[in-house]
Amino acid sequence: MDDFYRDYILDHYKNPRNFGTLEPHDLEHHDVNPLCGDELGVHLVVDEEGTITDLRFHGQGCAISQASASIASEELIGMKADQAAALGAAWVIDLLGIDISPTRRKCALLSLKVMRGATTGDASWPE
Amino acid sequence: MTQVASPLDVRADFPLLGRGFAYLDSAATSQKPEEVIAAIDSYYRRSNANIHRGVYALAQEATDLFEGARERVAAFVGGETACTIFTRNATEAINLVAYAWGGEHLREGDEVLITHMEHHSNIVPWQLLCRRQGAKLRYLHVSGDGRLSLDELDEALSGGRVKMVAVAHVSNVLGTINPVAEIAARARAAGAASLIDGSQAVPQLPVNVSEIGADFYVWTGHKALGPTGIGVLNGRRELLESMPPFLGGGDMIATVGFDSSTWNELPWKFEAGTSPIAEGVGLGAAVDYLAAIGMEAVRAHERELTGYTLERLAEIEGLRTFGPSDLDHRGGVVSFEVEGIHPHDLAEICDREGVCIRAGHHCAQPLMREMGIPATARASFHVYNSRADVDRLVHALQTAREVFEL
Repeated sequence: MDDFYRDYILDHYKNPRNFGTLEPHDLEHHDVNPLCGDELGVHLVVDEEGTITDLRFHGQGCAISQASASIASEELIGMKADQAAALGAAWVIDLLGIDISPTRRKCALLSLKVMRGATTGDASWPE
Repeated sequence: MTQVASPLDVRADFPLLGRGFAYLDSAATSQKPEEVIAAIDSYYRRSNANIHRGVYALAQEATDLFEGARERVAAFVGGETACTIFTRNATEAINLVAYAWGGEHLREGDEVLITHMEHHSNIVPWQLLCRRQGAKLRYLHVSGDGRLSLDELDEALSGGRVKMVAVAHVSNVLGTINPVAEIAARARAAGAASLIDGSQAVPQLPVNVSEIGADFYVWTGHKALGPTGIGVLNGRRELLESMPPFLGGGDMIATVGFDSSTWNELPWKFEAGTSPIAEGVGLGAAVDYLAAIGMEAVRAHERELTGYTLERLAEIEGLRTFGPSDLDHRGGVVSFEVEGIHPHDLAEICDREGVCIRAGHHCAQPLMREMGIPATARASFHVYNSRADVDRLVHALQTAREVFEL
């Protein structure tokens, strides 16, 4: 097995979980990685207690950006929106479980960036 | 595999390639031969002084090196020395024209005509100019085979509003070689000026700017085996003389009064501040190197390698290439995609095998949108590449298909 393109990374890339759109939705954000043109959007449904009850990512990109969104989506559903808003880069890098080189870091972080955009309005790159 | 040697065998002239890379990203920047590196090294070790003003012999020596390089650079592309302006890169050269020519000649309701295959550097300066002047930016389409239509050009020109036609000589994504002499002639007949972006052409084709006959021809040194930080604007004398300066400062003036100044002669009117002297000397060495090989031989080499690449890539299942299939209309660039693998992942797996290719939108987002694809992988060639590099690329792409279990 490849150390980087591990089985579960390829599985999430080829069969992304929680992909598509949600209508209606409460929060949304859409963003691009200007370096490569990858794009990703998110739709969120949030209940009265502030819990994310449903979520869909949509867009296109490399195996790392797509797997990152897919893997993160499974953790984000059921999480409080303000808790999701406070997640840092390390959270998603740990979830991916592979060594991310500086050139691929933005691929890995794009899903978290759009989540921050949706939950806080501030879509800066996660630190 | 047929073992036909490529026409050129100059890899050993390029020190960096001693590291073993199959460097297939020359459309982004080329590697540099020993001669270029040595010229820059020698300039700093032996001849460094500021140019044009010093009285001492060392300053004259530096001036002679820089201006001598300009003469050879001008001759290399068939231009007039005084109309060969050094800029920082091709982007700055286009911005120079957009400001200095555009501010004087473009009015509200006028049009600038570009194409969907332009690099961002030949789009954004015109967008900014059109916004400033209240003019309109129009685009020519690109056919499925990656070509422009001269009929569509004529139709756009027939409206009588187009004042500038700006087109790439060779597309950095599709490799298309555009009929730029014909485009410049039709623009002139319709009363429009023309600018050709030769960034991808000068490195790989015999280019004669006088024969092409455009008003402005821009290119960059670092893709033509020269250093970064130096580009070239070859312009038509009457236009350059009538245009106001782009940047103000030292070296570009004749006299400076308290309220106004008068301008230096061409080419220095457009070269404010201390010039990129070492870079100019380096570019002079680069064109000497290319001229010694001969641009016809460079073109033959790239044509052969492009043909071989298209042939070998066709062996890979799920791979699709973009751009003209006719090698007469195609330079040394091959963009492609592999079904089921994003270009970034292709580039990553190629990198593990020492194969350097580019992945992404190649600074041509409008073209990507027109082609309906978010990104491509791209292999591009120069004199130092050989069939062995292409074979390594093919092997890496096959590995990528295995990694992705395709």
